[in-house]
Amino acid sequence: MDWFFYIAATVAVLATVMVITRLNAVHALLYLIVSLLSVALIFFRLGAPFIAALEVIIYAGAIMVLFVFVIMMLNLGPRSTERESSWLRPGVWLGPITLTIILLIELIYILGQSGGDPLPAGTIEARQVGISLFGPYLLAAELASMLLLAGVVGAYHLGRESPEQRL
Amino acid sequence: MPALPMEHGLLLAALLFALGLLGVLVRRNVIFILMSIEIMLNAAGLAFVVAGSRWSQADGQVMFILILAVAAAEVSVGLALVLQLYRRLQTLDVDAASKMRG
Repeated sequence: MDWFFYIAATVAVLATVMVITRLNAVHALLYLIVSLLSVALIFFRLGAPFIAALEVIIYAGAIMVLFVFVIMMLNLGPRSTERESSWLRPGVWLGPITLTIILLIELIYILGQSGGDPLPAGTIEARQVGISLFGPYLLAAELASMLLLAGVVGAYHLGRESPEQRL
Repeated sequence: MPALPMEHGLLLAALLFALGLLGVLVRRNVIFILMSIEIMLNAAGLAFVVAGSRWSQADGQVMFILILAVAAAEVSVGLALVLQLYRRLQTLDVDAASKMRG
């Protein structure tokens, strides 16, 4: 089953590279959906079927639909891709890419220090996750609900068209 | 069949996180920055699930659900801010927001 993980990981990394290099926002969004779906496959391989389902439903479904709606409302034309390509000159990305690669090499070095812990094969069912979420983590679940409520109120307040800004 | 080493899962999470960080640093379009933040949150969640799977505990998946809630709240507020930015300045350039006063 290991090839399953490595193929999905390759697809995820390639799709993510495409996301951060595309000029058109909708193309980047479609690649991001591919990346999230391949990460969902990896969750399935790691024995977390409930999390794989959540990844598809909430990340690739709901959050990406939000992005699609906002891109539709902004109504960006071909002018925006021209501006994007003028923003992406080598002088802009050469510095960040070097520094990020240095950090990534350090991280890979640290991960290479520990020698191959094998992952156990069993799956963790949704039942166990639910018992844990509403048992010891009940306070965290309540805090997440408050955070979501604050997000709803904030998004409503910011997204509303106030009358005085129509000049 | 040799089992999958935990380090490979963490390596994938590190790669995805680095790509998301690169996107935040390089892009100037707000929508791309928000997408890169989503990539980074997803990579952090992947690391949690890998660690939870290593010890066969549900805690990693609980943490992923909490990260999912944080990502949903963050993206809804962030996209509302994008709409306001575009309405007021007619651009998606984050540098244009530095001209705001008050």
